[in-house]
Order: sequence, then C-alpha cells, then structure tokens
Amino acid sequence: MSRRTKRLSWALWALCSLAAGAALADRLLGEPRSRSLFLPGKTSDGHYQIELECEACHKSEFSSAEDLQAACVECHGPELAEAKDSHPTSKFTDPRNAERVAILDGRYCVTCHAEHRPERTGSMGLSLPVDYCYHCHEDVGTERASHAGLPFDGCASAGCHNFHDNRALYEDYLLQHGTQPRLLGQPTVGSFANAHGEAAGGSLALDEAGNEAARAEGDAAPTREGARALELADADAVDPSGRHAEAWSESAHARAGINCSGCHTAPGGGFQREVSVDLCGSCHQGETNGWLAGRHGMRVKVGLGPMRVADARLPMTEAAQGRELACSSCHGDHGTELEQAGLEACESCHADLHTRSYRSSQHFSLLLAERSGEGAPGTGVSCATCHLPAYTDESGRRSRAHNQNDNLRPVEKMIRTVCQDCHGLAFSIDALADPELVRSNFKGSPNKHVPSIDFARRRAE
Amino acid sequence: MNGPSCKRIEASSGVQRKLRVTVLTVTAALASSALGCAQKEGGITPQQMTDALHAVMESDRTVYTKNVVNRLQNKENVIKASEHWEDDKALPLPAQMFRMGAEMVATKNAGFTYSLLSKWPINKQNKANTELETKGLDFVADAKNTGKHFYGEEKLGDKSYFTAVYADTAVVEACITCHNGHKDSPRRDFQLGDVMGGVVIRVPL
Repeated sequence: MSRRTKRLSWALWALCSLAAGAALADRLLGEPRSRSLFLPGKTSDGHYQIELECEACHKSEFSSAEDLQAACVECHGPELAEAKDSHPTSKFTDPRNAERVAILDGRYCVTCHAEHRPERTGSMGLSLPVDYCYHCHEDVGTERASHAGLPFDGCASAGCHNFHDNRALYEDYLLQHGTQPRLLGQPTVGSFANAHGEAAGGSLALDEAGNEAARAEGDAAPTREGARALELADADAVDPSGRHAEAWSESAHARAGINCSGCHTAPGGGFQREVSVDLCGSCHQGETNGWLAGRHGMRVKVGLGPMRVADARLPMTEAAQGRELACSSCHGDHGTELEQAGLEACESCHADLHTRSYRSSQHFSLLLAERSGEGAPGTGVSCATCHLPAYTDESGRRSRAHNQNDNLRPVEKMIRTVCQDCHGLAFSIDALADPELVRSNFKGSPNKHVPSIDFARRRAE
Repeated sequence: MNGPSCKRIEASSGVQRKLRVTVLTVTAALASSALGCAQKEGGITPQQMTDALHAVMESDRTVYTKNVVNRLQNKENVIKASEHWEDDKALPLPAQMFRMGAEMVATKNAGFTYSLLSKWPINKQNKANTELETKGLDFVADAKNTGKHFYGEEKLGDKSYFTAVYADTAVVEACITCHNGHKDSPRRDFQLGDVMGGVVIRVPL
C-alpha cells in the first residue's frame, strides 16, 4: 500500500470516527427517545417509564455510588420512612457490620435492586438470590425453634417477613390481631364521598394563596373560602352555554367557587385550553405529588411528558391504547366525577385478570349496594378503595393517596392500610399470599396459609 | 484497663479535620472533669473524645429513663412505655430512645458511631459482633472492673478504629422488670445496679 493510500485510509477512518461520534452525541443529547441506544440492558418494571431520562438516576456523567444512592432516596425515601423501614442504611454504615457489608452492602439500594440487569431481576426488582437473609440471620433457626430447618428463600417470599416494611407482620402485632375473624363487624372503608368530605357535608376550602386548606367535616356546603358556590349562569367561559360549562356547573369546582377562568387562564392572560398537571397541583398539591410519584405520573415528574397507555407493560384495553395520562384521564375534564375516577376510569385502561374479575366480586356487589343507597356509606369497595386508599393527613384533612403503587408492592403493605378496615389479620395475610385468589379478585377463600401467626402463638404459649 | 492510653488525633485528612472540629465543639460544652486524659496541644485524643461523648450519652439516657419513663410509667401511671410505642401510643423504651439517636447520628457522618450492646441482648443483633466488643462487654460486666472503661483499637473492613466500651447499668426498676420479663431476654435475674450491657463508641483513626 502506498504512503498516499495509507494517508487516505487514515483520513477516511478519522472522518468515519468523527461522523459516528457526532451521530452518537446527537442521539445522546437529542430527544429522549433517541437515547434508547445507550441503555445497557432492559430496565426494570419500576423504572422503564423514565429510562430515557438518564439523569433521573445518574445525576452526572460519572456518578458515584453515593450520587446514585441519593437519587434512589430522592424518590423512594419518603415511602421507606413511612414504612418504618426495617433495614435503614444506618444499620449498615455501622463499622461493626463491616464484615457483613463486605458480603451484602446494604448501604446502597442497588446492591439488591441492580438496574438494567433483566437476567437476574425478579419480583420487586430484586436482583439477588432470594435467600439473602441468610447472610445476617443465619442463626435464626437456633434462636427460634419454629424457624429451625426453614429454607432462607422463604423468609420474604412466603408472606412472613418483608425486608423494608413489617408494620403488619411483626410478632406482637400478629399476636394482638391474630384472632380476628375473617370479616370484622360493620366493616367500612373511606368512601369517595367520605374521603372528599361531601357526604359529610365537608368543604373544599382554599386559602388566600389558593392552597387547599383543612377541610372540616360538618361544614354546611363545599365552598371556596371567601367565595360563594357558583351556578351555570356564573360561568365566565368563552361559551358559557356549552356542554363543558354545564358539566362544570354540577362539579365540585363550581361548588367551591372555582370559575372557568380559574383553570383556563393562560399565565400571561387570555384563554388556554389545556390545563396542566401543575395547575391542578396548585390547589390539589398532595394528590398531585402522589400522582407524580406513582406509575401514572412518574414520566411527567422527570419531564418526559405523559405516560402513554400503549407503553404499559401491564395488559391494557384496546380502546385505551392511544391515550396519554393526565389528571383528567381519570377525573374527566369538567365533571370531575369522583366515583367514575375510582372504578370506571381504571377499567377503561386496565385489562388484567384482577381488574376484569372485579365485577363478579363481593367487593363490587357491596359497591353497587352503596351506590344504590341500600348499603351504608363506606361499605362499597372500588378499585380506589384498595389502591388509592383514603387517609387523614396531619392537618386532619381527608384525602386519597394518588400514588397507586405505594401500597401495592409488596402486597403485604395493603394489610394495615386497606384490608384490615374490613378483614381480620389472619385472613388478610393468607388472602394476599394466594396469587390465584388475587387474580380472581378474591373470589372464594385462600388456598394458602402463612404460618406466622401460628409461630407467634406457639412461642407466646 | 485495656488498650492504648491517650492517642493523639493527627489532623492529616479532611475527615480528621472535621473530626477535630466536632470533638472540640463537644468537649467545649462539657466539664473538663469528664475527660480521661490531659489535653494535648492542637487536639484531643480519641479516648478524651469517647469519654466526653459517653458523659453526654449516659446523662441523657439516665435522665430519660428516670425522669420520663420511670416517673410516668411506674410512679405516676400516666403513660406506658412500649417496644411498639407508635402503635401502642406509648413512650419509646429507653434503649430504643438511645438507638434512635445512634441511628440518626449514623446518617450525619459525625466522625463517630455508637451502639448499645449486651452479653444478654433481647434482640440477638445486639450481641457482640467483633472480638473487641466481646472483650469489652466481658470487661465492663466483670464486678472487679466497676467504674472502669474498656479501650482498644480494632480493624473493621479496611479501616482502623479506636473503640471504647462503657458499662450500661440498671438505674431504675423499669430496666430490670422489662429485661427480666421479656420473652426474648436470655437473662432474667437482673437486679438494680447490675451491668446489663455496654455502650460501644467508635472513632475512626
């Protein structure tokens, strides 16, 4: 090869390398969807929605382990604190556990929840063999006769223990509630109406800054503080006689004194058609924060735009494939119908067996009875009853959790937040441990039995 | 008494510099009588630091045990103390109060860690885990060492630590009734004044 040819070859190689580099850089720095090329492996179910926003977890190009951990805590820290995390990081930073940490480094979430490793990632995003408890609790069989010979791969998968959340599983709680019957007397749950203060005549009060203030049960009518309830004639919409205005006039917003312009005024003045999640959040802050933390809103939170139903990994209805998620996806855009949001809205997208079995469940029968007036308020059980449970915050305000994943995985998290409103502890533990029963939406009795209450009782005796 | 005498902390790294600031702040707030060794120019020893820290810990722990838990639960019957204090709407047990503080300090990179361990722990995770902890708990539990503390150095992982162990004694009735009556307690004959365990404080060297 002549010298000239060699030079040309080198020049061509350099040119191609530059072009390839530029193309890769363009994809990396360009639209999020173009970054998929750089994903090192299939992302877990919990994170795949935001996998193209690399910075959500990798805060900088060369993130340290601590940076990555900080990103985990930023999103998951509050729920771990709420769960009274049984294994906080501080248990592992103590130097006396250095030998254990060398084997299982519990200082970092990714030790157990490695991302982009589909070949070894299982339920709950766990990327370790499920017998990991052995490393620190290998002598439990000698300490407790009931545990002698039990396999370590069953500690956290058999319904007895959970690495993080044992609020309903600790021994004294089992003893205290283990004798409860399958169905508690006069079971009631936080209904839509109760949760939003309407059945009780509560009010949706907003303070001067427009923030939702304490909603005291017993108020005569739901009104915005300092404002009267509005009617159709009050609508300040472009077309006040249209169907949207009519729907609005019967909504909680009208009763709270929120006129059309309250949501449809653009930042610089004038009309805006679209209402952003941020705008909803300016009044419904808690609900919006919850929604942004869950699977429905996590893409919006990191700036990737709304979740598309077509991108879901769970079975979804054919009709919903073209939809994108926003507050109005469940609540409607003007009627803000709460009952619909807790059942029909869910069914319009979700097509898994659990959802499709709901209408033949006892829970649905109870809901029908409540809706028809035959059942007492709070006796019906909808999707939202269990997956968006009602709660009372520190200010006494009743609301609904809007992060539907918060009490969903592991399922034992539902025991205290939901199941035990109506059911005894033993039945709840067994029912949730039976995946077939869960799939059939609790038709029949559990075919699984978790022996934890038996163990606790025997030891107490 | 075991281990080294007064070993001076050299401010040779950022962590140690931070440590010295922490130490000086703590010691400035404490009576000099709490210090076990003479202060050297430019810094204090790990032993001085752990002795000072323990003086604070032991005082706070005794105040909570006597003036809060024992008074409200055993003398005035106002409120119970419970292991499951949130669920039971009760006071945290003194040992839990101590551990909660230790866990919070652990999140602050404060230049030291501490824990409450025992030869007879209710939670088996709180038994001695290192050779020095075993020696230290044996030392402070031995009647002939009453009033003495245990000091030593140990290497854990790739770091060396100055480790001090201080006796933790039953100061009120509530301590012994709980430990003697708990189903997980491996010893049920504690009496007032008995050493029930030890406070272990570590300072990285």
